[in-house]
Amino acid sequence: MIDKLIFGRFMPGESLIHRLDARTKLIAGFYFIGILFLANNWQSYVLLTLFTFLVIALTGISYRFFIKGVKPLIWLILFTVLLQALFTSGGTIFFSWGPFAISSFGLINGVYVFVRFVLIIFMSTVITLTTTPMDLTDAIAYILRPFKILKMPVQDIALMISVALRFIPTLMEETDKIMKAQRARGVDFGEGNLFEQMKVVVPIFIPLFVSSFNRAEDLADAMEARGYQGDKKRTRFRILHWHWCDLVAACVLVALTTALVTLRIS
Amino acid sequence: MDITFEQVGFCYQKNSPFETRALQHVDVAIDSGSYTAIIGHTGSGKSTLLQHLNALLLPTEGTVTLGDRVIKAGEKQKGLRELRKRVGIVFQFPEAQLFEETVEKDICFGPLNFGVPEEEAKARARKVIVEVGLTEEILMRSPFELSGGQMRRVAIAGVLAMDPQVLVLDEPTAGLDPNGRKEIMEMFAALHRTKGLTTVLVTHSMEDAATYAEKVVLMKGGTVEQVSTPRELFSNPDKLTDLGLSVPDVVHFQRHFEQRFAVKFGKTCLTIDELVGEMVPHLGKGVASE
Repeated sequence: MIDKLIFGRFMPGESLIHRLDARTKLIAGFYFIGILFLANNWQSYVLLTLFTFLVIALTGISYRFFIKGVKPLIWLILFTVLLQALFTSGGTIFFSWGPFAISSFGLINGVYVFVRFVLIIFMSTVITLTTTPMDLTDAIAYILRPFKILKMPVQDIALMISVALRFIPTLMEETDKIMKAQRARGVDFGEGNLFEQMKVVVPIFIPLFVSSFNRAEDLADAMEARGYQGDKKRTRFRILHWHWCDLVAACVLVALTTALVTLRIS
Repeated sequence: MDITFEQVGFCYQKNSPFETRALQHVDVAIDSGSYTAIIGHTGSGKSTLLQHLNALLLPTEGTVTLGDRVIKAGEKQKGLRELRKRVGIVFQFPEAQLFEETVEKDICFGPLNFGVPEEEAKARARKVIVEVGLTEEILMRSPFELSGGQMRRVAIAGVLAMDPQVLVLDEPTAGLDPNGRKEIMEMFAALHRTKGLTTVLVTHSMEDAATYAEKVVLMKGGTVEQVSTPRELFSNPDKLTDLGLSVPDVVHFQRHFEQRFAVKFGKTCLTIDELVGEMVPHLGKGVASE
Protein backbone atom coordinates (compact mmCIF):
# COMPACT_ATOMS: atom_id res chain seq x y z
CA MET A 1 0.00 0.00 0.00
CA ILE A 2 2.75 2.39 1.04
CA ASP A 3 4.95 1.23 -1.82
CA LYS A 4 2.53 2.53 -4.42
CA LEU A 5 2.63 6.10 -3.21
CA ILE A 6 5.05 8.07 -5.36
CA PHE A 7 3.79 11.48 -4.38
CA GLY A 8 5.85 12.86 -1.51
CA ARG A 9 8.93 10.79 -2.16
CA PHE A 10 12.37 12.14 -2.82
CA MET A 11 14.58 10.86 -5.65
CA PRO A 12 18.19 11.87 -5.24
CA GLY A 13 19.70 13.41 -8.34
CA GLU A 14 22.02 16.04 -9.74
CA SER A 15 19.80 17.68 -12.34
CA LEU A 16 19.26 21.38 -12.85
CA ILE A 17 15.88 21.14 -11.13
CA HIS A 18 17.44 19.32 -8.18
CA ARG A 19 19.91 22.13 -7.71
CA LEU A 20 17.30 24.86 -7.66
CA ASP A 21 16.68 26.47 -4.33
CA ALA A 22 13.79 24.86 -2.46
CA ARG A 23 12.13 28.25 -1.98
CA THR A 24 12.23 28.88 -5.71
CA LYS A 25 10.70 25.52 -6.41
CA LEU A 26 7.95 25.96 -3.86
CA ILE A 27 7.01 29.47 -4.94
CA ALA A 28 7.32 28.55 -8.61
CA GLY A 29 5.09 25.54 -8.04
CA PHE A 30 2.31 27.63 -6.53
CA TYR A 31 2.83 30.30 -9.16
CA PHE A 32 2.52 27.71 -11.92
CA ILE A 33 -0.77 26.47 -10.49
CA GLY A 34 -1.94 30.08 -10.41
CA ILE A 35 -1.08 30.86 -14.02
CA LEU A 36 -2.59 27.56 -15.11
CA PHE A 37 -5.97 29.25 -14.71
CA LEU A 38 -4.95 32.04 -17.11
CA ALA A 39 -5.07 29.54 -19.93
CA ASN A 40 -8.38 29.55 -21.81
CA ASN A 41 -7.63 28.28 -25.32
CA TRP A 42 -5.95 25.29 -26.83
CA GLN A 43 -2.75 27.15 -27.74
CA SER A 44 -2.14 28.12 -24.14
CA TYR A 45 -2.79 24.61 -22.91
CA VAL A 46 -0.34 23.22 -25.46
CA LEU A 47 2.23 25.76 -24.30
CA LEU A 48 1.76 24.81 -20.65
CA THR A 49 1.90 21.10 -21.41
CA LEU A 50 5.11 21.54 -23.38
CA PHE A 51 6.56 23.58 -20.54
CA THR A 52 5.66 20.88 -17.98
CA PHE A 53 7.21 18.14 -20.08
CA LEU A 54 10.33 20.23 -20.51
CA VAL A 55 10.61 20.56 -16.74
CA ILE A 56 10.05 16.82 -16.29
CA ALA A 57 12.74 16.09 -18.88
CA LEU A 58 15.09 18.43 -17.03
CA THR A 59 14.70 16.50 -13.78
CA GLY A 60 16.19 13.41 -15.43
CA ILE A 61 13.63 11.21 -13.68
CA SER A 62 11.77 8.56 -15.65
CA TYR A 63 8.24 9.44 -16.87
CA ARG A 64 6.99 6.29 -15.18
CA PHE A 65 7.18 7.99 -11.80
CA PHE A 66 4.99 10.85 -12.87
CA ILE A 67 2.40 8.58 -14.45
CA LYS A 68 2.38 6.61 -11.21
CA GLY A 69 1.76 9.81 -9.28
CA VAL A 70 -1.40 10.43 -11.30
CA LYS A 71 -2.71 6.87 -10.97
CA PRO A 72 -4.18 7.07 -7.45
CA LEU A 73 -6.14 10.18 -8.43
CA ILE A 74 -7.31 8.99 -11.82
CA TRP A 75 -10.89 8.22 -10.67
CA LEU A 76 -11.32 11.65 -9.15
CA ILE A 77 -10.04 13.22 -12.35
CA LEU A 78 -12.26 11.13 -14.59
CA PHE A 79 -15.28 11.88 -12.40
CA THR A 80 -14.72 15.61 -12.66
CA VAL A 81 -14.09 15.39 -16.38
CA LEU A 82 -17.30 13.42 -16.82
CA LEU A 83 -19.31 15.99 -14.88
CA GLN A 84 -17.87 18.78 -16.99
CA ALA A 85 -18.53 16.93 -20.22
CA LEU A 86 -22.10 16.02 -19.33
CA PHE A 87 -23.36 19.25 -17.82
CA THR A 88 -21.74 21.94 -19.92
CA SER A 89 -24.05 23.07 -22.66
CA GLY A 90 -23.39 25.15 -25.73
CA GLY A 91 -21.89 24.67 -29.13
CA THR A 92 -22.85 21.71 -31.26
CA ILE A 93 -24.89 19.16 -29.35
CA PHE A 94 -23.99 15.62 -30.31
CA PHE A 95 -26.23 13.76 -27.94
CA SER A 96 -28.73 14.66 -25.27
CA TRP A 97 -30.85 12.76 -22.75
CA GLY A 98 -32.80 14.65 -20.12
CA PRO A 99 -30.50 17.03 -18.29
CA PHE A 100 -27.41 15.33 -19.72
CA ALA A 101 -25.94 16.50 -22.96
CA ILE A 102 -22.68 15.89 -24.73
CA SER A 103 -21.79 19.05 -26.54
CA SER A 104 -18.66 20.33 -28.20
CA PHE A 105 -18.19 22.90 -25.41
CA GLY A 106 -18.60 20.19 -22.82
CA LEU A 107 -16.00 17.97 -24.45
CA ILE A 108 -13.49 20.80 -24.76
CA ASN A 109 -14.10 21.77 -21.14
CA GLY A 110 -13.58 18.17 -20.08
CA VAL A 111 -10.26 18.00 -21.87
CA TYR A 112 -9.17 21.31 -20.28
CA VAL A 113 -10.05 20.07 -16.80
CA PHE A 114 -8.17 16.85 -17.44
CA VAL A 115 -5.05 18.66 -18.63
CA ARG A 116 -5.24 21.06 -15.67
CA PHE A 117 -5.43 18.23 -13.16
CA VAL A 118 -2.60 16.26 -14.71
CA LEU A 119 -0.32 19.30 -15.02
CA ILE A 120 -0.91 20.27 -11.38
CA ILE A 121 -0.09 16.75 -10.23
CA PHE A 122 2.96 16.54 -12.49
CA MET A 123 4.33 19.85 -11.23
CA SER A 124 3.80 19.04 -7.57
CA THR A 125 5.41 15.65 -8.16
CA VAL A 126 8.38 17.42 -9.71
CA ILE A 127 8.76 19.48 -6.54
CA THR A 128 8.50 16.59 -4.10
CA LEU A 129 10.66 14.24 -6.16
CA THR A 130 13.51 16.71 -6.50
CA THR A 131 13.52 18.35 -3.07
CA THR A 132 14.46 16.73 0.22
CA PRO A 133 11.77 17.05 2.90
CA MET A 134 14.30 18.98 5.00
CA ASP A 135 14.82 21.58 2.30
CA LEU A 136 11.09 21.81 1.81
CA THR A 137 10.56 22.54 5.50
CA ASP A 138 13.22 25.21 5.45
CA ALA A 139 11.55 26.75 2.45
CA ILE A 140 8.15 26.75 4.16
CA ALA A 141 9.68 28.32 7.26
CA TYR A 142 11.26 31.02 5.11
CA ILE A 143 8.08 31.78 3.23
CA LEU A 144 6.10 31.97 6.47
CA ARG A 145 8.55 34.44 8.00
CA PRO A 146 6.60 37.62 7.16
CA PHE A 147 3.64 36.26 9.16
CA LYS A 148 5.67 36.75 12.33
CA ILE A 149 4.32 40.29 12.39
CA LEU A 150 0.85 38.81 12.85
CA LYS A 151 2.11 36.98 15.96
CA MET A 152 2.18 33.67 14.16
CA PRO A 153 4.60 31.23 15.89
CA VAL A 154 6.55 30.58 12.70
CA GLN A 155 9.49 28.84 14.39
CA ASP A 156 7.23 26.41 16.22
CA ILE A 157 5.26 25.64 13.09
CA ALA A 158 8.46 24.99 11.17
CA LEU A 159 9.71 22.72 13.94
CA MET A 160 6.46 20.77 13.99
CA ILE A 161 6.53 20.34 10.23
CA SER A 162 10.09 19.11 10.24
CA VAL A 163 9.47 16.69 13.12
CA ALA A 164 6.32 15.43 11.41
CA LEU A 165 8.13 14.92 8.11
CA ARG A 166 10.99 13.18 9.84
CA PHE A 167 8.66 10.69 11.52
CA ILE A 168 6.46 9.80 8.56
CA PRO A 169 8.73 6.96 7.38
CA THR A 170 9.32 5.81 10.95
CA LEU A 171 5.60 5.64 11.63
CA MET A 172 4.99 3.87 8.34
CA GLU A 173 7.56 1.26 9.30
CA GLU A 174 6.00 0.94 12.72
CA THR A 175 2.54 0.50 11.21
CA ASP A 176 3.85 -2.17 8.89
CA LYS A 177 5.50 -3.98 11.78
CA ILE A 178 2.43 -3.90 13.99
CA MET A 179 0.21 -5.05 11.13
CA LYS A 180 2.48 -7.99 10.54
CA ALA A 181 2.56 -8.90 14.21
CA GLN A 182 -1.24 -8.80 14.41
CA ARG A 183 -1.59 -10.78 11.21
CA ALA A 184 0.63 -13.42 12.76
CA ARG A 185 -1.87 -13.46 15.62
CA GLY A 186 -4.73 -14.21 13.26
CA VAL A 187 -6.06 -10.83 12.15
CA ASP A 188 -7.16 -10.65 8.53
CA PHE A 189 -7.00 -7.17 7.06
CA GLY A 190 -9.30 -6.19 4.22
CA GLU A 191 -11.69 -9.10 4.73
CA GLY A 192 -15.23 -9.30 5.99
CA ASN A 193 -17.94 -6.62 6.08
CA LEU A 194 -17.45 -2.97 6.93
CA PHE A 195 -17.99 -3.46 10.67
CA GLU A 196 -15.47 -6.30 10.84
CA GLN A 197 -12.95 -4.26 8.90
CA MET A 198 -13.40 -1.33 11.28
CA LYS A 199 -12.82 -3.63 14.23
CA VAL A 200 -9.45 -4.88 13.01
CA VAL A 201 -8.18 -1.31 12.90
CA VAL A 202 -8.17 -1.16 16.71
CA PRO A 203 -5.22 -3.57 17.17
CA ILE A 204 -3.16 -1.33 14.88
CA PHE A 205 -4.21 2.12 16.03
CA ILE A 206 -3.89 1.66 19.77
CA PRO A 207 -0.30 0.37 19.65
CA LEU A 208 0.50 3.08 17.12
CA PHE A 209 -0.88 5.85 19.34
CA VAL A 210 0.84 4.45 22.39
CA SER A 211 4.18 4.28 20.62
CA SER A 212 3.68 7.82 19.28
CA PHE A 213 3.10 9.11 22.81
CA ASN A 214 6.21 7.33 24.02
CA ARG A 215 8.20 8.60 21.09
CA ALA A 216 7.02 12.16 21.64
CA GLU A 217 8.00 11.98 25.29
CA ASP A 218 11.45 10.60 24.50
CA LEU A 219 12.00 13.17 21.77
CA ALA A 220 10.93 16.06 24.00
CA ASP A 221 13.27 14.85 26.77
CA ALA A 222 16.15 14.45 24.34
CA MET A 223 15.55 17.93 22.91
CA GLU A 224 15.46 19.55 26.33
CA ALA A 225 18.58 17.68 27.38
CA ARG A 226 20.30 19.22 24.36
CA GLY A 227 19.32 22.72 25.38
CA TYR A 228 16.24 23.34 23.28
CA GLN A 229 14.08 26.19 24.56
CA GLY A 230 11.15 27.08 22.39
CA ASP A 231 10.98 30.83 22.89
CA LYS A 232 14.71 31.57 22.67
CA LYS A 233 16.27 32.93 19.54
CA ARG A 234 18.26 30.31 17.70
CA THR A 235 20.83 30.32 14.94
CA ARG A 236 20.44 28.06 11.94
CA PHE A 237 22.77 25.36 10.70
CA ARG A 238 21.18 24.83 7.30
CA ILE A 239 21.05 27.96 5.21
CA LEU A 240 19.43 28.09 1.80
CA HIS A 241 21.25 29.94 -0.98
CA TRP A 242 19.95 31.52 -4.13
CA HIS A 243 22.04 30.82 -7.24
CA TRP A 244 21.99 32.04 -10.78
CA CYS A 245 19.78 29.15 -11.87
CA ASP A 246 17.03 30.42 -9.57
CA LEU A 247 17.16 33.73 -11.40
CA VAL A 248 16.89 31.86 -14.71
CA ALA A 249 13.88 29.95 -13.38
CA ALA A 250 12.22 33.22 -12.36
CA CYS A 251 12.87 34.72 -15.83
CA VAL A 252 11.43 31.63 -17.52
CA LEU A 253 8.28 31.96 -15.42
CA VAL A 254 7.93 35.63 -16.30
CA ALA A 255 8.32 34.77 -19.99
CA LEU A 256 5.74 32.03 -19.65
CA THR A 257 3.29 34.38 -17.98
CA THR A 258 3.75 36.97 -20.70
CA ALA A 259 3.13 34.37 -23.38
CA LEU A 260 -0.01 33.18 -21.61
CA VAL A 261 -1.39 36.66 -21.22
CA THR A 262 -0.70 37.38 -24.88
CA LEU A 263 -2.47 34.19 -25.92
CA ARG A 264 -5.42 35.03 -23.69
CA ILE A 265 -5.89 38.49 -25.12
CA SER A 266 -5.36 37.61 -28.76
CA MET B 1 6.19 -29.57 11.06
CA ASP B 2 8.96 -29.85 8.50
CA ILE B 3 9.89 -26.67 6.71
CA THR B 4 11.70 -26.66 3.38
CA PHE B 5 12.92 -23.79 1.25
CA GLU B 6 13.79 -24.61 -2.36
CA GLN B 7 15.50 -21.98 -4.48
CA VAL B 8 13.53 -19.27 -2.73
CA GLY B 9 13.99 -15.67 -3.79
CA PHE B 10 12.25 -12.54 -2.62
CA CYS B 11 12.11 -9.00 -3.99
CA TYR B 12 10.59 -6.12 -2.09
CA GLN B 13 8.35 -3.87 -4.20
CA LYS B 14 8.75 -6.06 -7.24
CA ASN B 15 8.27 -4.39 -10.63
CA SER B 16 8.54 -0.91 -9.20
CA PRO B 17 11.38 1.57 -9.44
CA PHE B 18 12.19 0.87 -5.79
CA GLU B 19 12.66 -2.87 -6.31
CA THR B 20 15.17 -4.39 -3.89
CA ARG B 21 16.28 -7.97 -3.69
CA ALA B 22 16.34 -9.48 -0.22
CA LEU B 23 16.69 -13.22 -0.81
CA GLN B 24 18.02 -15.38 -3.61
CA HIS B 25 18.56 -19.10 -4.12
CA VAL B 26 17.76 -19.97 -0.53
CA ASP B 27 17.79 -23.71 0.14
CA VAL B 28 17.18 -24.69 3.75
CA ALA B 29 15.45 -27.57 5.47
CA ILE B 30 14.25 -27.25 9.05
CA ASP B 31 13.26 -30.58 10.59
CA SER B 32 10.29 -31.03 12.81
CA GLY B 33 11.20 -30.60 16.45
CA SER B 34 14.63 -29.09 15.77
CA TYR B 35 16.16 -25.94 17.20
CA THR B 36 17.62 -23.80 14.43
CA ALA B 37 19.44 -20.52 14.79
CA ILE B 38 19.71 -18.07 11.91
CA ILE B 39 22.66 -15.72 12.14
CA GLY B 40 24.15 -13.16 9.79
CA HIS B 41 25.10 -9.55 9.48
CA THR B 42 22.47 -6.79 9.55
CA GLY B 43 20.73 -6.75 6.19
CA SER B 44 21.64 -10.32 5.29
CA GLY B 45 17.98 -11.27 4.88
CA LYS B 46 17.36 -12.98 8.21
CA SER B 47 14.12 -11.19 9.01
CA THR B 48 12.85 -11.54 5.45
CA LEU B 49 13.48 -15.27 5.60
CA LEU B 50 11.68 -15.43 8.92
CA GLN B 51 8.54 -13.80 7.55
CA HIS B 52 8.29 -16.56 4.97
CA LEU B 53 7.84 -19.09 7.75
CA ASN B 54 4.20 -18.16 8.26
CA ALA B 55 3.52 -16.67 4.86
CA LEU B 56 3.52 -13.03 5.94
CA LEU B 57 5.70 -12.66 2.88
CA LEU B 58 5.19 -14.91 -0.12
CA PRO B 59 8.22 -15.94 -2.17
CA THR B 60 8.67 -14.24 -5.51
CA GLU B 61 10.73 -17.21 -6.72
CA GLY B 62 10.96 -20.83 -5.68
CA THR B 63 8.92 -22.93 -3.30
CA VAL B 64 8.39 -22.89 0.46
CA THR B 65 6.92 -26.04 2.00
CA LEU B 66 5.43 -25.62 5.45
CA GLY B 67 4.23 -28.98 6.73
CA ASP B 68 1.69 -30.16 4.17
CA ARG B 69 1.27 -26.70 2.71
CA VAL B 70 3.22 -25.90 -0.45
CA ILE B 71 3.65 -22.24 -1.33
CA LYS B 72 4.91 -21.71 -4.86
CA ALA B 73 5.98 -18.33 -6.15
CA GLY B 74 3.32 -16.50 -8.10
CA GLU B 75 0.39 -18.59 -6.91
CA LYS B 76 -2.57 -16.99 -5.20
CA GLN B 77 -2.77 -18.12 -1.59
CA LYS B 78 -5.91 -18.64 0.43
CA GLY B 79 -6.57 -19.85 3.94
CA LEU B 80 -3.25 -18.70 5.32
CA ARG B 81 -4.88 -18.28 8.71
CA GLU B 82 -4.72 -22.05 9.25
CA LEU B 83 -0.98 -21.85 8.65
CA ARG B 84 -0.46 -18.87 10.94
CA LYS B 85 -2.19 -20.73 13.73
CA ARG B 86 0.53 -23.36 13.59
CA VAL B 87 3.46 -20.99 13.29
CA GLY B 88 3.81 -18.43 16.07
CA ILE B 89 6.17 -15.52 15.48
CA VAL B 90 7.62 -13.42 18.26
CA PHE B 91 8.75 -10.28 16.47
CA GLN B 92 11.51 -7.94 17.57
CA PHE B 93 10.29 -5.76 20.44
CA PRO B 94 6.97 -7.62 20.58
CA GLU B 95 5.70 -5.37 23.37
CA ALA B 96 4.71 -2.93 20.60
CA GLN B 97 1.83 -5.21 19.61
CA LEU B 98 -0.09 -4.99 22.91
CA PHE B 99 -3.38 -3.11 22.69
CA GLU B 100 -6.13 -4.56 24.86
CA GLU B 101 -7.45 -3.20 28.16
CA THR B 102 -6.22 -6.12 30.20
CA VAL B 103 -3.34 -8.53 29.86
CA GLU B 104 -5.79 -11.43 29.80
CA LYS B 105 -7.73 -10.01 26.86
CA ASP B 106 -4.51 -9.41 24.97
CA ILE B 107 -3.28 -12.95 25.48
CA CYS B 108 -6.69 -14.31 24.44
CA PHE B 109 -6.69 -12.18 21.27
CA GLY B 110 -4.68 -14.66 19.17
CA PRO B 111 -6.54 -17.82 20.24
CA LEU B 112 -9.93 -16.13 19.80
CA ASN B 113 -8.97 -15.07 16.26
CA PHE B 114 -8.20 -18.69 15.50
CA GLY B 115 -11.58 -19.83 16.73
CA VAL B 116 -10.69 -21.10 20.20
CA PRO B 117 -13.72 -20.86 22.56
CA GLU B 118 -13.52 -18.10 25.17
CA GLU B 119 -13.33 -20.36 28.21
CA GLU B 120 -10.52 -22.37 26.66
CA ALA B 121 -8.69 -19.18 25.68
CA LYS B 122 -8.88 -17.87 29.25
CA ALA B 123 -7.62 -21.18 30.60
CA ARG B 124 -4.70 -20.95 28.18
CA ALA B 125 -3.98 -17.40 29.31
CA ARG B 126 -3.73 -18.55 32.93
CA LYS B 127 -1.37 -21.32 31.88
CA VAL B 128 0.98 -19.34 29.63
CA ILE B 129 1.28 -16.38 31.98
CA VAL B 130 2.94 -18.71 34.48
CA GLU B 131 5.08 -20.27 31.76
CA VAL B 132 6.55 -16.89 30.88
CA GLY B 133 7.40 -16.29 34.52
CA LEU B 134 4.65 -13.91 35.63
CA THR B 135 1.85 -14.39 38.11
CA GLU B 136 -1.87 -14.72 37.51
CA GLU B 137 -2.63 -11.42 39.25
CA ILE B 138 -1.12 -9.57 36.32
CA LEU B 139 -3.87 -10.86 34.02
CA MET B 140 -6.34 -8.21 35.21
CA ARG B 141 -3.97 -5.27 34.82
CA SER B 142 -3.54 -3.02 31.82
CA PRO B 143 -0.57 -3.98 29.66
CA PHE B 144 0.49 -0.33 29.50
CA GLU B 145 1.21 -0.02 33.21
CA LEU B 146 3.72 -2.88 33.18
CA SER B 147 7.49 -2.58 32.96
CA GLY B 148 9.26 -3.13 29.65
CA GLY B 149 10.38 -6.63 30.59
CA GLN B 150 6.92 -7.63 31.79
CA MET B 151 5.35 -6.29 28.60
CA ARG B 152 7.76 -8.39 26.59
CA ARG B 153 6.72 -11.47 28.53
CA VAL B 154 3.03 -10.73 28.07
CA ALA B 155 3.56 -10.33 24.32
CA ILE B 156 5.39 -13.65 24.20
CA ALA B 157 2.58 -15.24 26.21
CA GLY B 158 0.14 -13.95 23.60
CA VAL B 159 2.00 -15.89 20.93
CA LEU B 160 2.40 -19.02 23.07
CA ALA B 161 -1.33 -19.02 23.85
CA MET B 162 -1.97 -19.76 20.19
CA ASP B 163 -0.39 -23.13 20.91
CA PRO B 164 1.81 -23.12 17.81
CA GLN B 165 3.80 -26.10 16.56
CA VAL B 166 6.54 -23.90 15.26
CA LEU B 167 7.90 -21.02 17.31
CA VAL B 168 9.82 -18.36 15.44
CA LEU B 169 11.80 -15.87 17.50
CA ASP B 170 13.24 -12.68 16.07
CA GLU B 171 15.83 -11.52 18.60
CA PRO B 172 13.52 -12.13 21.55
CA THR B 173 15.98 -10.77 24.10
CA ALA B 174 17.05 -7.55 22.39
CA GLY B 175 17.15 -4.70 24.90
CA LEU B 176 16.67 -6.86 28.00
CA ASP B 177 18.99 -7.00 31.01
CA PRO B 178 21.32 -10.03 31.34
CA ASN B 179 19.07 -11.79 33.84
CA GLY B 180 15.94 -11.30 31.76
CA ARG B 181 17.81 -12.50 28.69
CA LYS B 182 18.90 -15.70 30.32
CA GLU B 183 15.46 -16.38 31.83
CA ILE B 184 13.68 -15.90 28.54
CA MET B 185 16.15 -17.99 26.57
CA GLU B 186 15.92 -20.77 29.17
CA MET B 187 12.15 -20.58 28.98
CA PHE B 188 12.21 -21.08 25.21
CA ALA B 189 14.65 -23.96 25.58
CA ALA B 190 12.36 -25.61 28.15
CA LEU B 191 9.31 -25.14 25.91
CA HIS B 192 11.27 -26.60 23.05
CA ARG B 193 12.08 -29.69 25.08
CA THR B 194 8.76 -30.27 26.82
CA LYS B 195 6.37 -29.42 24.00
CA GLY B 196 8.53 -30.70 21.16
CA LEU B 197 8.29 -27.32 19.41
CA THR B 198 10.15 -26.63 16.23
CA THR B 199 12.09 -23.52 17.18
CA VAL B 200 13.70 -21.02 14.84
CA LEU B 201 15.76 -18.30 16.46
CA VAL B 202 17.08 -15.26 14.65
CA THR B 203 19.82 -13.76 16.75
CA HIS B 204 22.91 -11.61 16.88
CA SER B 205 24.08 -13.33 20.02
CA MET B 206 26.61 -16.01 19.17
CA GLU B 207 26.36 -17.22 22.76
CA ASP B 208 22.69 -18.06 22.32
CA ALA B 209 23.32 -19.75 18.99
CA ALA B 210 26.10 -21.84 20.54
CA THR B 211 24.20 -22.74 23.70
CA TYR B 212 20.76 -23.58 22.40
CA ALA B 213 20.78 -24.35 18.67
CA GLU B 214 21.24 -27.76 17.10
CA LYS B 215 21.76 -26.27 13.68
CA VAL B 216 22.99 -22.85 12.61
CA VAL B 217 22.10 -21.20 9.31
CA LEU B 218 24.62 -18.55 8.37
CA MET B 219 23.29 -15.92 5.99
CA LYS B 220 25.13 -13.44 3.83
CA GLY B 221 23.77 -10.96 1.30
CA GLY B 222 20.40 -12.67 0.94
CA THR B 223 21.71 -16.20 0.48
CA VAL B 224 22.48 -19.07 2.79
CA GLU B 225 26.22 -19.21 3.18
CA GLN B 226 26.48 -22.29 5.33
CA VAL B 227 24.33 -24.70 7.33
CA SER B 228 26.12 -26.56 10.09
CA THR B 229 26.10 -27.53 13.73
CA PRO B 230 27.29 -24.80 16.09
CA ARG B 231 30.44 -26.80 16.82
CA GLU B 232 31.38 -27.02 13.14
CA LEU B 233 30.62 -23.36 12.65
CA PHE B 234 32.65 -22.08 15.56
CA SER B 235 35.54 -24.46 14.88
CA ASN B 236 36.20 -22.41 11.76
CA PRO B 237 35.91 -18.88 13.04
CA ASP B 238 37.70 -17.28 10.05
CA LYS B 239 34.55 -17.38 7.97
CA LEU B 240 32.65 -15.59 10.74
CA THR B 241 35.27 -12.92 11.20
CA ASP B 242 35.31 -12.36 7.42
CA LEU B 243 31.60 -11.64 7.61
CA GLY B 244 32.10 -9.25 10.51
CA LEU B 245 30.59 -11.66 13.03
CA SER B 246 32.16 -12.78 16.26
CA VAL B 247 32.54 -16.11 18.03
CA PRO B 248 31.22 -16.83 21.53
CA ASP B 249 33.46 -15.71 24.40
CA VAL B 250 34.04 -19.34 25.35
CA VAL B 251 35.42 -20.17 21.91
CA HIS B 252 37.47 -16.99 21.93
CA PHE B 253 38.97 -17.90 25.26
CA GLN B 254 39.71 -21.45 24.15
CA ARG B 255 41.61 -20.25 21.07
CA HIS B 256 43.78 -17.91 23.11
CA PHE B 257 44.35 -20.53 25.75
CA GLU B 258 45.40 -23.09 23.15
CA GLN B 259 47.78 -20.62 21.54
CA ARG B 260 49.33 -19.45 24.79
CA PHE B 261 49.92 -22.91 26.22
CA ALA B 262 50.54 -24.68 22.89
CA VAL B 263 47.89 -27.28 23.55
CA LYS B 264 44.97 -28.52 21.53
CA PHE B 265 41.62 -29.45 23.05
CA GLY B 266 39.68 -32.42 21.73
CA LYS B 267 36.79 -30.30 20.53
CA THR B 268 35.58 -26.73 20.21
CA CYS B 269 33.82 -25.98 23.47
CA LEU B 270 30.49 -24.19 23.32
CA THR B 271 29.67 -23.83 26.98
CA ILE B 272 31.66 -22.99 30.09
CA ASP B 273 31.08 -26.48 31.46
CA GLU B 274 32.58 -28.08 28.37
CA LEU B 275 35.48 -25.67 28.53
CA VAL B 276 36.20 -26.47 32.16
CA GLY B 277 36.06 -30.19 31.37
CA GLU B 278 38.67 -29.77 28.62
CA MET B 279 40.90 -27.47 30.64
CA VAL B 280 41.19 -29.49 33.82
CA PRO B 281 43.68 -32.10 32.48
CA HIS B 282 45.97 -29.26 31.33
CA LEU B 283 46.05 -27.48 34.65
CA GLY B 284 48.30 -28.06 37.62
CA LYS B 285 47.61 -31.04 39.86
CA GLY B 286 46.42 -28.90 42.75
CA VAL B 287 43.56 -27.42 40.76
CA ALA B 288 42.64 -30.66 39.03
CA SER B 289 42.19 -32.56 42.27
CA GLU B 290 39.80 -30.00 43.66
